[in-house]
Amino acid sequence: MSALTLKNVFKTFGTTEVLRDISIEVEKGEFVVFVGPSGCGKSTLLRVIAGLEDASAGEVYIDGNLVNSVPPSKRGIAMVFQSYALYPHLNVANNMSLALKQEGVSKAEIAERVQEASRMLQLDDYLKRYPSELSGGQRQRVAIGRAVVRQPKLFLLDEPLSNLDAALRVSTRLEIANLHKQLDATMIYVTHDQTEAMTLADKIVVLRDGRVEQVGSPMELYNKPANKFVAGFLGSPAMNFLPASLLEAGDTRTIGIRPEDLYLADDGPLAATVQHVEHLGGDTNVIAFVGEHQVTVRLFGQHDIRPRQELKLGFDAQKRHYFNE
Amino acid sequence: MNKARTNPVSAAAMHGALILYTLIALFPVFVILINSFKTRKAIFREPLSLPSSDSFSMIGYETVMKQGDFFLYFQNSMIVTVASLFFILLFGSMAAFALSEYRFKGNLVMGLYLALGIMIPIRIGTVAILEMMVATGLVNTLWSLILVYTAQGLPLAVFILSEFMRQVSDDLKDAGRVDGLSEYTIFARIVVPLVRPAMATVAVFNMIPIWNDLWFPLILAPAEETKTLTLGSQVFIGQFVTDWNAVLSALSMAILPVLILYVIFSRQLIRGITSGAVK
Ligand SMILES: Nc1ncnc2c1ncn2[C@@H]1O[C@H](COP(=O)(O)OP(=O)(O)OP(=O)(O)O)[C@@H](O)[C@H]1O
Ligand SMILES: [Mg+2]
Repeated sequence: MSALTLKNVFKTFGTTEVLRDISIEVEKGEFVVFVGPSGCGKSTLLRVIAGLEDASAGEVYIDGNLVNSVPPSKRGIAMVFQSYALYPHLNVANNMSLALKQEGVSKAEIAERVQEASRMLQLDDYLKRYPSELSGGQRQRVAIGRAVVRQPKLFLLDEPLSNLDAALRVSTRLEIANLHKQLDATMIYVTHDQTEAMTLADKIVVLRDGRVEQVGSPMELYNKPANKFVAGFLGSPAMNFLPASLLEAGDTRTIGIRPEDLYLADDGPLAATVQHVEHLGGDTNVIAFVGEHQVTVRLFGQHDIRPRQELKLGFDAQKRHYFNE
Repeated sequence: MNKARTNPVSAAAMHGALILYTLIALFPVFVILINSFKTRKAIFREPLSLPSSDSFSMIGYETVMKQGDFFLYFQNSMIVTVASLFFILLFGSMAAFALSEYRFKGNLVMGLYLALGIMIPIRIGTVAILEMMVATGLVNTLWSLILVYTAQGLPLAVFILSEFMRQVSDDLKDAGRVDGLSEYTIFARIVVPLVRPAMATVAVFNMIPIWNDLWFPLILAPAEETKTLTLGSQVFIGQFVTDWNAVLSALSMAILPVLILYVIFSRQLIRGITSGAVK
């Protein structure tokens, strides 16, 4: 039985359609990432799953039960909010135990679960502190701890890392991945960062304008993008798009080639002029123009390439993607 | 710290202005206090001098204690003020929560209707209010005053509190919902603590006019057993002779409770606990 099933879910606010015909299946224990540009409806979808917004149409099943009219606290979910949303007047321990008290869990059990969660998240030393006395990363861990103690069937995380600085984001990302393994829980994670999506997900759901563009494992999406949007969204640097007519006159399609699939070849079909070179040590990114089309070439290792230099680029035929847009 | 603020000249100017304002504001209170301890002659001869061994006299306080039921008036004022504030804050915050939290038909119209009272002085309706109180048999009860003051304070309370409640993060309320708190608990445990400074402001704004009011006690509850302090003190102000000792003593004593209430509320104003809730 799947942990979460969405069937033809729609959501409208007044006259604006925010979610259109969303159908998704999430298996038990899966780590699913919803990814898409800002404003595409990721948070709204998560709130519909949580029960904080009613779906305008469609059905939401959690663990096989229809939950459309079940209040959030009875859905067996826990949510981590983008803004942490810690109760400012409660200390860390009470923040974590409030929901359990509300459910009527026994005191001994509450203490045990809080201790377990705080050990897992290294919060032991902060249990008596108030949210205002914690750093951003600590607050984030408390927010996650508050979800963990409830032992939910489904974790919902809304951009949990977006308020952290770059270094902390990488380490917290790792912690979340570990947590998922330890708890063996089903997690749904929202982000607009494709790196987070690629590194964490068992399954990625790409959203655009309230519609599901593609669902699949990170590598499926990377290797077989269903359309130009998905192709351009995943991968960094982003995929290069060129009109196919450059290679074959009369072809109206668009051709897509990933930066790492381009290489220098004296007999290559693409003639490019270098505009800028990024030396990253391990990699070298060459930004060049093929006619008026900008392309990025990712070369392994260090290369002595200068701006305004003329290059010939080649690629393997099976590594190119065609799009009808 | 802002550089302009630490500039010693502007800091001195700012403190000078504030100290001057404090002196001006406290001066009348000071004059009342010192004169309440003087003989009648001394009050008129040298109103600004401190009570000396000749001019010191407790006659004013003695008169107040003897005449009328001063403690009863005191108690009435206290009951009316505290009860009115309680109802203003209770109903005001509940209405504000509903207006700010829930999207329903007529939300905006309801908000405007509730705020209308800010622009219309309640005293315009005195005759109608008196008729209603007579009809309901509430004349000469403290309830008549409490109800009127609650009605008088609610519009501004709803207006101010709903503005503040709109600023309480939605995520925080939603976190409460996911954690299984009822709407009442969310209101009482999450929202109210966060808008406590605003509630204290509302309380302070309403407290002094209620405590000082003479109009409604005179019209709605002039009976001996329901007289408020302000009304009770009027017996010392005659058409021809005014017992200044007694008036000043009564006023001095009337300042005290408001001062205490003010200290209680202002501590809430200072306490800022919102930081760290949401990033
Ligand atoms: N309560 C609401 N009323 C009207 N429109 C809303 C409401 N909530 C969200 N929307 C609209 O729905 C769309 C999707 O919003 P949502 O918050 O789900 O985006 P998102 O994908 O989470 O974006 P971000 O990555 O910026 O968080 C937006 O265009 C937003 O304006
Ligand atoms: Mg969002």
